[in-house]
Amino acid sequence: MKRTIVVGIMVIVCFLLQSTLFQALAFASIAPNLMIIVTSSFGFMRGKKEGMLIGFFSGLLMDIFFGSVIGFYALIYMYIGYANGFFRKLFFPEDIKLPMILIFASDVIYNFLVYFFQFLFRGQFSFLFYLKNIIIPELVYTILVTIFLYFILLMVNQKLEMTEKRSTGKFV
Amino acid sequence: MKRRSKIQFPSKYMLMCLTAICGILIYISFTMNLSGGPLNTVAGYVFIPMQRGINSVGAWIFDKADSLKNLKDVMAENQELQAKVDELTTELNTIKLEQYELDNLRELLELDKKYPSYEKVAANVIGKDAGNWFSTFTIDKGSKDGVEVDMNVMAGSGLVGIVTDVGPNYAKIKCIINDTNKTSGMVLTTSDNCVVHGDLQEMTENQNIPFSDLKDSDDEVSVGDPVVTSYISDKYVQGILIGYISTIKNDPNNLTKSGTITPAVDFEHIEEVLVILEKKKTSEQEE
Repeated sequence: MKRTIVVGIMVIVCFLLQSTLFQALAFASIAPNLMIIVTSSFGFMRGKKEGMLIGFFSGLLMDIFFGSVIGFYALIYMYIGYANGFFRKLFFPEDIKLPMILIFASDVIYNFLVYFFQFLFRGQFSFLFYLKNIIIPELVYTILVTIFLYFILLMVNQKLEMTEKRSTGKFV
Repeated sequence: MKRRSKIQFPSKYMLMCLTAICGILIYISFTMNLSGGPLNTVAGYVFIPMQRGINSVGAWIFDKADSLKNLKDVMAENQELQAKVDELTTELNTIKLEQYELDNLRELLELDKKYPSYEKVAANVIGKDAGNWFSTFTIDKGSKDGVEVDMNVMAGSGLVGIVTDVGPNYAKIKCIINDTNKTSGMVLTTSDNCVVHGDLQEMTENQNIPFSDLKDSDDEVSVGDPVVTSYISDKYVQGILIGYISTIKNDPNNLTKSGTITPAVDFEHIEEVLVILEKKKTSEQEE
């Protein structure tokens, strides 16, 4: 229960920051993708189920406020969260390489999918342009933000896991 | 003691269920053209106050930082401007006379009818699209303030976009520079119609919006001509400035022309917008 509330607050805070503060801090009108960091991090820290649920709800938020179709972003984020869950066995909190690689890959896949469904289908073929001007800048910015945000998420998760362990310990 | 008596629902099946839900949602919003519904209301009440809060705090901080920095500059500028005021006052008197004359002439020409003044409501931009692909944003006025879907949105004197979705206390706006957007425009000088369509590529490269299908057989349209929303559009009210033509060229078919428009609005820094509370009436709606 406590976990649900805390994680919910994390998602909401990230969504709010992304739609307000980071849009104001955007370089060349490119903002980082905080939602993908949260979805992906909880995916490999906590497993498939949690990644999937967090992805679903963060995507739904995007859909309601900015999407043209309800369910599109929810679907993408959900699968990204789920896929990240497969790497839980390889995950060690001290190692930042794997999280970086996974978040990088998630962001690439997310942007490819958005391009594929929303741009290529409408006949916008200059993929290289979009790669150079949208996808790569967003990747770089996202990775930069990951360095800070990842440790905050990690800390929150470890605190939560500690309290959970303590409370189950009481009953044994 | 048993750790958990509750049966765990395997994540594989959950994924399938949620996928199905998403699929249904996408299908519904495609076919019925409805987005959110009750979700809009709930989300509106939860998120809009928070976004509004962050924005006002941000604006306050920027304001304070700016005012400290600018104080010195302003002092110096003040003296300079005082001198200018005197100079301009004399100039103004002459212009006032001319204005009076112009008003009279306008009345004669009944130009007022051509550019009606629409009833508007001011709103603040509180959130911008979280992704980088589309240009949509949310404002802090919704159905409670009389905003409805398909109302036009302006900033300053130029057209910004159109309301695509409303909640009780917020509205979603699609910009005219959004990649999926098409607007029917008209060159003011010659009354020729054209189609203005948003394009992410052109916007990032040159900060312009392309237009096409301009029929101008007499070669009268030139660079710098203003383009406004046209009378044939079924969603945009007539006569709102879109921008000024920056380039123009003949299409390969030699019948139409295309080119680019420099928008009248600075889409990077929109903070306040005006929503026109009047929708274009088409014959369909009147029935």
